[in-house]
Amino acid sequence: MREPASIPKIRLRGLRKSFGDKLVLDGVDLDVRAGHGMVVLGGSGSGKSVTVKCILGLIPPDGGSIEIDGRDVLGMSRREREALNDRIGMLFQNGALFDSLPVWENVCFKLLAQKRITRAQARDRAAEVLAQVGLAPSVGDLAPAELSGGMQKRVALARAVAAQPDIIFFDEPTTGLDPIMGAVIDGLIVDVVKRLGATAISITHDMASARRIGDDAAMIHKGRIVWTGPAATLGQTGNALVDQFARGEREGPIQMELRR
Amino acid sequence: MLDLVAALGRAVLGLCRTVGAVAIFALEGLSHLVRPPFYGRLFLRHLLEIAYFSLPVVALTAVFTGMVLALQSFTGFARFNAQGAIASVVVISITRELGPVIGSLMVAGRIGAAFAAEIGTMRVTDQIDALSTLSTNPMKYLVAPRLLAGLVALPFLVLVADILGVMGGWLIGTVKLGFVSAAYLKATFDFMQAMDVVSGLAKAAVFGFVIALMGCWCGYNSRGGAQGVGAATTAAVVVSSILILATDYVLTEAFFAR
Repeated sequence: MREPASIPKIRLRGLRKSFGDKLVLDGVDLDVRAGHGMVVLGGSGSGKSVTVKCILGLIPPDGGSIEIDGRDVLGMSRREREALNDRIGMLFQNGALFDSLPVWENVCFKLLAQKRITRAQARDRAAEVLAQVGLAPSVGDLAPAELSGGMQKRVALARAVAAQPDIIFFDEPTTGLDPIMGAVIDGLIVDVVKRLGATAISITHDMASARRIGDDAAMIHKGRIVWTGPAATLGQTGNALVDQFARGEREGPIQMELRR
Repeated sequence: MLDLVAALGRAVLGLCRTVGAVAIFALEGLSHLVRPPFYGRLFLRHLLEIAYFSLPVVALTAVFTGMVLALQSFTGFARFNAQGAIASVVVISITRELGPVIGSLMVAGRIGAAFAAEIGTMRVTDQIDALSTLSTNPMKYLVAPRLLAGLVALPFLVLVADILGVMGGWLIGTVKLGFVSAAYLKATFDFMQAMDVVSGLAKAAVFGFVIALMGCWCGYNSRGGAQGVGAATTAAVVVSSILILATDYVLTEAFFAR
C-alpha cells in the first residue's frame, strides 16, 4: 500500500548562510519525513552543523526558508519559537552537559525549567530516563565531570529525550567513542527514537553509525545537498561524491585542500 | 597620515559599537528581572558567592587600608600639627572612597573573573546553545541573576569594609599612635555624616552591577576555546577595574560637586 503524500516534518528550501566572506550554506534543500531518521553526511566544514543550528534557531540564516510541520519557523515570534523548541531535543557533539548541576538536574533540566514537575518528581523521572539509556539511578547524583565520555554521551541522550520531544537532533553522536560504545549509543538512539515515534536528524562522519540510525541519508558538499536516498545504500549509491565519502577513499571527486 | 586617521576612525567606531552592544546587553539582562520565570535559587547562589565568600578578602583589605591610612595621615599631618584630624580623615576617606573602591576592585578580581570564566567555558562548550534548546533563555538564566546579585551584594560588602576600615584606623590610632580610644571613636562619629555612608553604598551598588555586567558580557562573547576564555577573564577584570574608577569619578561629581 502506498503512503499518502504528506507534508515533510522538516523542509528546507534555498537555505543560505555566510560568515564574513566565507559562504557556508549555498542553497540547502532538504525534506525530512515525519517519524523517520535522516542522516546528514559531509566533510568537516561542509555546513552540516550550521544547517542544524539554523533549524534550531541558534543561527539566523541569510536567506531561504525552514518549515516544520508546514509552518515557516523563520517568521515566528519569539514566543512561538520557544513553544516550538519545547518539542525539540538536541544531543550536542561534546554532550554540553551543565558542569554546575548534578546529572539528574541535567537530565530533567527542561522539565524543571518549564515547571512541568517538582524537584522531587524530577529525581524519579531522571532515574527512569537514565535507566532507558542503561545507567544506574546512582549516576544521577554524580557531577558530569565524574563521568566517562561514553557515560556523558548517554546522559546527554537522556537529557535530549527526557521531555519526550517529537524532533530530535544528534550532532556526531558517536564521535570520540570506541566502536563498541558507538554501537551501544546507536542502539539507544534507535530505541528511544522508535519509542517516542520521533523524527530524528543526525549528523555523522561514521558510516556504520549512519547505516544503523538512519532511514534516509543526505550528503552535503560545498554548502549544497548533492544527494539524498536510503541510508542502507550508502557506499553503493552510484553518486561518486557519496560513494567516495562513504568508503573513505583518497582518490575521487572530493579533493582535500592540503598544502604540500 | 590618512592611514593613521583611518585607523583612529576604525578604533572609535569599534568602541562605539561595543559600548552600544554592552548597553543593549545590560538592558536585556535587566528586563529579565521583571519578567517571569525568575530564578531565585540561582540569585541566592550568586549572592552567597559574592557577598559571603568575598568577605575574607574584602575584610582584610579594608582593615589594612584603614591602618595604613591612619599611619600615613599621622606622619603627614604631623608636619602641620594636625594629628587630631586623623579620625575624621580616616572615616571620610573610608566611607566615601576607599571602602567602595578598594572593596569593589577586590570583588572585580574575584567575581568578575569567575563569571567570565564560567560563562565563557559554557559558551565554548556549547552549553549556552544547549540552554536555548532546553527552552531556557540564556540571558534570563545566566545574566539576570548575576546582575541582581552584584547589585545587592556589593553594598553589604562595602558596609562591612567601612566598619572594618574605620576599626583598622582606630586600632593603629589607639595602639600605636597614642590616641584615647573613646576620644578617637567620638571624633569618628561626630565627624561622620549619613551622606558619607549612603553615597559609598550607592557607589558600591553601581560598581557591583558593573562587575557582574562585564563578567557576563566578556564571558558571553568569548570565542576560540581555552585561549578565548582566558582572554575574556582578563578583559573582565581589566575593564571592570577601569570602569569602577571612571564611574567613581562621575558619581563623586554627582554626589559632592558644588
